[in-house]
Amino acid sequence: MENKQTEYALDIQDLAVEFRTHDRTVYAVNGLNLQIKQGQTLGLVGETGAGKTTTGLAILNLIQTPPGVITRGSIFLQGKDVLKMTTNALQQVRGKTASMIFQDPMTSLNPVLTVEMQIAEVIENHEHLGRKSAIEKAGEMLELVGISKERGKAYPHQFSGGMKQRVVIAMALACDPELLIADEPTTALDVTIQAQVLDLMKKLREKNNTSMLMITHDLGIVAEVCDCVSVVYAGKVVEHGTLEDVFDHTLHPYTKGLFNSLPNMNDRGAKLKPIKGLMPDPSNLPAGCAFADRCDYATARCFQSPPALVHRTPEHCVACHLYNEQNIQEGGVLHDV
Amino acid sequence: MGKYIAKRIAYMIPVILGVTLLVFFIMHLAPGNPAQIILGENATAEQIATLEHEMGLDQPLLVQYVRYLGDLLHGDLGTSYSSGSSVTTEIMARFPYTIKLTLVAAIMSLVLALPLGIIAAVKQNTWVDNVSMIVALIGVSMPIFWLALMLIMLFSVKLGWLPVYGADSWKSIILPAISLGFMNMASISRTTRSSMVETLRQDYIRTAYAKGLSKTTIIMRHAFRNGMLPTITVIGLEIGQMLGGSVLTETVFAWPGVGRLMILAINARDTPLVMGCILLMTVCFSVVNLVVDLLYGVVDPRVRTMYR
Amino acid sequence: MKSSEPKTSSASDFSAAQKTSQLKETFRRLCQNKAALVGLIFLIVLVLLAIFADVLFNYQATCVKQNIAERLQWPSVQHWFGTDEFGRDLLARVVHGSRVSLSISFIAVAFGLFVGGILGAVAGFFGGAADNVIMRVCDVFLAVPMMLMAIVIVAALGSSITNLVIALAISSVPTFARIVRSAVLTVRDMEYVEAAKAIGVKTGGTIFHYILPNCMGPIIVQTTLRIAATISNTAALSFLGLGVVAPRPEWGALLSGGRNFIRDSGYLACIPGICIMLTILALNLLGDGLRDALDPRLK
Repeated sequence: MENKQTEYALDIQDLAVEFRTHDRTVYAVNGLNLQIKQGQTLGLVGETGAGKTTTGLAILNLIQTPPGVITRGSIFLQGKDVLKMTTNALQQVRGKTASMIFQDPMTSLNPVLTVEMQIAEVIENHEHLGRKSAIEKAGEMLELVGISKERGKAYPHQFSGGMKQRVVIAMALACDPELLIADEPTTALDVTIQAQVLDLMKKLREKNNTSMLMITHDLGIVAEVCDCVSVVYAGKVVEHGTLEDVFDHTLHPYTKGLFNSLPNMNDRGAKLKPIKGLMPDPSNLPAGCAFADRCDYATARCFQSPPALVHRTPEHCVACHLYNEQNIQEGGVLHDV
Repeated sequence: MGKYIAKRIAYMIPVILGVTLLVFFIMHLAPGNPAQIILGENATAEQIATLEHEMGLDQPLLVQYVRYLGDLLHGDLGTSYSSGSSVTTEIMARFPYTIKLTLVAAIMSLVLALPLGIIAAVKQNTWVDNVSMIVALIGVSMPIFWLALMLIMLFSVKLGWLPVYGADSWKSIILPAISLGFMNMASISRTTRSSMVETLRQDYIRTAYAKGLSKTTIIMRHAFRNGMLPTITVIGLEIGQMLGGSVLTETVFAWPGVGRLMILAINARDTPLVMGCILLMTVCFSVVNLVVDLLYGVVDPRVRTMYR
Repeated sequence: MKSSEPKTSSASDFSAAQKTSQLKETFRRLCQNKAALVGLIFLIVLVLLAIFADVLFNYQATCVKQNIAERLQWPSVQHWFGTDEFGRDLLARVVHGSRVSLSISFIAVAFGLFVGGILGAVAGFFGGAADNVIMRVCDVFLAVPMMLMAIVIVAALGSSITNLVIALAISSVPTFARIVRSAVLTVRDMEYVEAAKAIGVKTGGTIFHYILPNCMGPIIVQTTLRIAATISNTAALSFLGLGVVAPRPEWGALLSGGRNFIRDSGYLACIPGICIMLTILALNLLGDGLRDALDPRLK
């Protein structure tokens, strides 16, 4: 454990990531800010391609170069900037200070190694145990995620998708990380298995008081697991607040759109209102607000300059030209159009 | 696993039978009369007819084939037309030389090719990668016999370091092994590189990095075994190539192996001897492929499950 | 590119109408690959040289007529590649030799591709007994190392150019049959093929308009690499005295002829070998480039 606790488990300042290929540059993350308080869970919500996974990978400095380049910003993990670390220091951080659960359990396990071996090697690496005791502890981790120890000798292909994701979770939690980054941990799973895996993650998080970054596009998961929410669009946070702030005092038209595209159980006759259009081409982002093209409330100003953050409460803030210091307190700017 | 091996061996038998049938009939398309060849130009028609009858050559081809198969079951490959001794003896005297040459060449090429391919993949798009892949590309493009001649020109004729031909000392094997193995080295290192590049892109490699493992551990423990799978297949095919290539190398260097024996037999129209050589090489090739298949199972647990 | 994006599937399902644009796209990507382009240009020049060999060098005057006064001369301004033991210009013989080497290889591979392609397509498309018989016969052929198979066939038929072509063609049939079969199998169960069958397109139509165009990739690549291997094998067989025989110029035969003079006239063996090597190199570069250009996963 860290002896001097910082306020934030994770503090990302003005992060920008680009992917450069010979014919174009994709601006995946563009000045993203994000904080997670110790022990809290933050939901990072947005569509596919909004830069969520890239952000998650950047936290462990795992972006492949080339083609990826982190062009600016800093990422403080327990107060230390991972982007300035040496390879050695990074290896200490990865899997120990922060670990990651990847989206697709089918491909994120090595097909030729037994699962206990794959869990044990994290332990071996960070806790300096011998192979035998590491394997033993790997067995305990398997039991913890609800897989019997004996199955540890099996290979990934002998497991179902849900079981594999449990293995990945066991691997991520094996060294009691202070921050857990979960990148759409349930997207690749069946609905029934999804609930089990989420439950398991909630339970383990509470047990160890782990901070967590939950990357997802599913607002249901956010409501169930998270304390705070950051909504990303085209590589930027457009709205941030506590769960209540964002769900009950929705400010940004995009966030509103996300809620509108969910079916309403109380009024099944109501029409779904999907957000029109597509996300802008990330290699050719507009000068103004990236959402302006799809926004029902857009004005000429939205196409010209990017909006700055406006705060409703110290926590809850939004990046949208509809709001200023005065009207944001009143709320109710968004009418159904 | 045992059951799988048995099944594979059982499958080899009809294939090899097929090869005997194929080669037997192809060889008997050859113009010229064996009895005439044995007896020489001056033989009378009567002498030829007698010998043909003795050898069973006057019977239908199918009968001859069945007889050949029957003898084969007893390990009898027939009698060489040119030397008059048993084909089995002739071949077995030469076989160790071919094994020795192929083994040395194979080991040499593997020892060089695997590290080269892995380093090139890890240092992808650097000068190390470029240089080794250019060398490899030239290697796969070079005709074996030309390389052999160039080596002789440089090391035997110009420098006088190594013998031009023969198999008298340990020095004699160096040039034949290089010329036989170089192309395989090149092709194995190319395969290794491309499969390692592919493997290093996989999600589980990213997972391994996320665990905080060092690059060396990731390459050796996570990438190597997965990257080996395509390479193993290629190694099997390359050994087949080498058996074919040994005909050329052995001819250039007058290396007393089966490949050279086969060319001599072809020039002497010695059908039983040619058939014996082909059969032996085919069996070798099949056994190598079997071993390669089993190796696949050793490396990849998914394949192992399929075997059961 | 971004790790959250799903991987592009390896077989893109375009309809036959989009075939031309795909060809263009492949060609565009091929042109970006400098090595492949160099290979392609080299091959074009070589083919032109082979076609116009007679314009450059009179066959009778330069390749057949002996000129003992100028025998075994090292490369010079007059004879760029030197002269052979009969005083014939090696450059002229190499240029005429390219004609023989290339045409043997092209014809043999074309024949192998044609026969192997039909067998593979039949095996892949119909499956069942046809598949079984064809593939088991291929297994038998493939059990013998290819070079040996070619040697045996030439040995049995006798050495002549026609027999050499037959031998090389036969020995490449099984490889093509296998590749075409597996390509057809991959494509056969794709949805657009199912769709074509469902709307009542006839079997022949399905094979020619839907299946073959979509499995061209691996076949084109393999053909290129196969030509390279066949040039090498042609030369090897001639070198062993089983293919083209002197005085007709063929690269392998030229190399073989130079063998006896390596002590003092090394260029005689060296130069034809370099020609073989460069040609195979160019084909390999082109083949690699084609494979990359046709692989939708590599961008």
